[in-house]
Amino acid sequence: MTLLAFLILFCAVMIGYMLNLRAARAIRAGGTRLHSLDGFHGGFSALVTLVPTFFIILFWMMFQGTVIQSLVKAGLPAGTLEGLGTGEVQLIMSEIRSIAGGRIFGTPEDWKLEAADRLVSLRATSSILLVVVTVIMTAVLILLSRKTVAAEFRARQGVEKIILSLMIGCATVAIFVTVGIVGSLMFETYRFFEMVPIADFLFGTTWEPQIPIREDQIAAEGAFGMVPVFLGTLVIATIAMIIATPIGLFSAIYLHEFASDRARAYIKPLLEILAGVPTVVYGFFAILVIAPAIRSFGTDLGLPIAPNTALAAGVVMGIMLVPFISSFADDALAAVPHSLRDGSLALGATQAETISKVLFPAAIPGIVGGILLAVSRAIGETMIVVMAAGLIAKMTINPLDSVTTVTVQIVTLLIGDTAFDSPKTLAAFALGMVLFLMTLVINIFALRIVRKYREIYD
Amino acid sequence: MNDMRKIERDVKMTDTKITARNVNVHYGDTHAIKDVNVDIADKTVTAFIGPSGCGKSTFLRCLNRMNDTIDVCRVQGDIRIDGKDIHDKSVDPVQLRAHVGMVFQKPNPFPKSIYDNIAYGPRIHGLAKSKAELDEIVEKALRRGAIWDEVKDRLTQSGTGLSGGQQQRLCIARAIATEPDILLMDEPCSALDPIATAQVEELIDELHRDYSVIIVTHSMQQAARVSQKTAFFHLGNLVEFGDTDQIFTDPKDPRTESYITGRIG
Repeated sequence: MTLLAFLILFCAVMIGYMLNLRAARAIRAGGTRLHSLDGFHGGFSALVTLVPTFFIILFWMMFQGTVIQSLVKAGLPAGTLEGLGTGEVQLIMSEIRSIAGGRIFGTPEDWKLEAADRLVSLRATSSILLVVVTVIMTAVLILLSRKTVAAEFRARQGVEKIILSLMIGCATVAIFVTVGIVGSLMFETYRFFEMVPIADFLFGTTWEPQIPIREDQIAAEGAFGMVPVFLGTLVIATIAMIIATPIGLFSAIYLHEFASDRARAYIKPLLEILAGVPTVVYGFFAILVIAPAIRSFGTDLGLPIAPNTALAAGVVMGIMLVPFISSFADDALAAVPHSLRDGSLALGATQAETISKVLFPAAIPGIVGGILLAVSRAIGETMIVVMAAGLIAKMTINPLDSVTTVTVQIVTLLIGDTAFDSPKTLAAFALGMVLFLMTLVINIFALRIVRKYREIYD
Repeated sequence: MNDMRKIERDVKMTDTKITARNVNVHYGDTHAIKDVNVDIADKTVTAFIGPSGCGKSTFLRCLNRMNDTIDVCRVQGDIRIDGKDIHDKSVDPVQLRAHVGMVFQKPNPFPKSIYDNIAYGPRIHGLAKSKAELDEIVEKALRRGAIWDEVKDRLTQSGTGLSGGQQQRLCIARAIATEPDILLMDEPCSALDPIATAQVEELIDELHRDYSVIIVTHSMQQAARVSQKTAFFHLGNLVEFGDTDQIFTDPKDPRTESYITGRIG
């Protein structure tokens, strides 16, 4: 039935468009000059019909479930829900819904069957009502906009205003989503800090979020000190940047300054492929290739090496970031005016001197911005570390040891059976909040540097 | 005084600094320079004039092998500076460019301090043994570039913060700092206002006593003002080369005459 409503809307838009178009043409044929082109009159009608009706249908679909459910609930025999918790009420309601859907288990009570019948009939009424509302609304809107067609009517401005407000709406969606995400994060984080003191979380050096099973368990309290977890993130991100920065920069310099067109034509797409590899695949690469290689190399040297080393995860993450840094550095080098390179070469500087003394310093703000953005990606990267890093939080900066990261902990805290009132689950939100703030600060910093640098050379 | 200069110039005119024989340049499929032969005298200002795209800048860039930096560009022919073939295998283009300075159309100071802009060349060529010596080189170059008085109090400020004319004189000073004997100028005044142009032209007039200056210019007035010798390029050919006075008053080739009277170009 919703489909029918959309179909009606579609037809109404077409009809409105054609009506206004014809009306405008008729006026024009009568020898009067119109302010707006015929198409704008048609478009005005189409938009005036489309936008409000579309949102009505959308809201109808969003809220009809809730409304119908509360109607059904209100129609239940008095006293049936008395004294029941929210969970039990929800259970009853979903049972009624399954009965209405034809999935009957056991022999439900009569009042449940009745409620299910009412649910079905309410749903049918709602659908018919939706179609009726759609028809009435579109008809009214078509007629209203048909009346506007006149020589001096500013249909173009009308269309532009509607489209402009649609664009503003789209642009604000991103803002609302961000606000929503931050809001929910903050809410859950606040609940977490009601259970765990904020100082313990920020400065504690033990991370054992396991929920106690026995009274005498060592971790009976559950320890939520984020320091070792963040240390792990920092170790892996540092390794990743140590790998990615020089490789990315040198590959950019080679591609930009030395590579022949042929070499560039092959290498650049390959780098772009590297950027397109899903991080899960990088994860495979880390566990199946890099980690065993590091391990066997370490055993040869007689070093004790954990199976999930920070090094393996960091190296693979670094490889993932190479194309990112490389493309940023490439852009930064390309933005340095050609005249500077010529000026340096004409002074008898070699290509190496030109790059290191003129191009590179001129490009450094853009490069630094790119590196900072890569850092915030390294900190937030999840899949590689989930697969390749460890699970146990250790206070270590030894890259050959197993460490865990913030993102890994968030994933493990939220996987499986979770209760949203235990500090174990809420800790994930607190971690997420800190992570979010960290990457936000780095990104703001990076973008500011990049922008400042753009001002110089444009 | 004037007479002395005249005599001095006549003596020096006999020295040939650059000889070019049968120079051809191709940009990909385009034949940009066709069989150019020219002898350029030492301690003289030589002007290359001609309509846009006639190859005068391209030929200028042959003289310090800047065309090597363009992949699609091929240079053929024999170019000698002080009798030495610049395309000889023993010649390093990097060393060549230290002796043949170049100033570009658009002022291109490095985004560094004024001091570092000038010190760039001396540093990479190791011309100064100490900081004091480098200071001296920088000051001398800035004085020769006729910009010392304007910048002496702000040597640590960025070179890109100067005005267009100052930037161009800074670039000339930067080129002088590596102690070249030839200075190539590719339309050095085309991005400057008339006052800055006058200052740069004055500077060029000063410079030709010590350097062989070659200037590419769009402006015939400028060529007439600053140069002693003028070469007219048209469609990749060197049409006419001679004393500036003669080119402008009594051109031998009809094409030259058409150009300087404004009928072509």
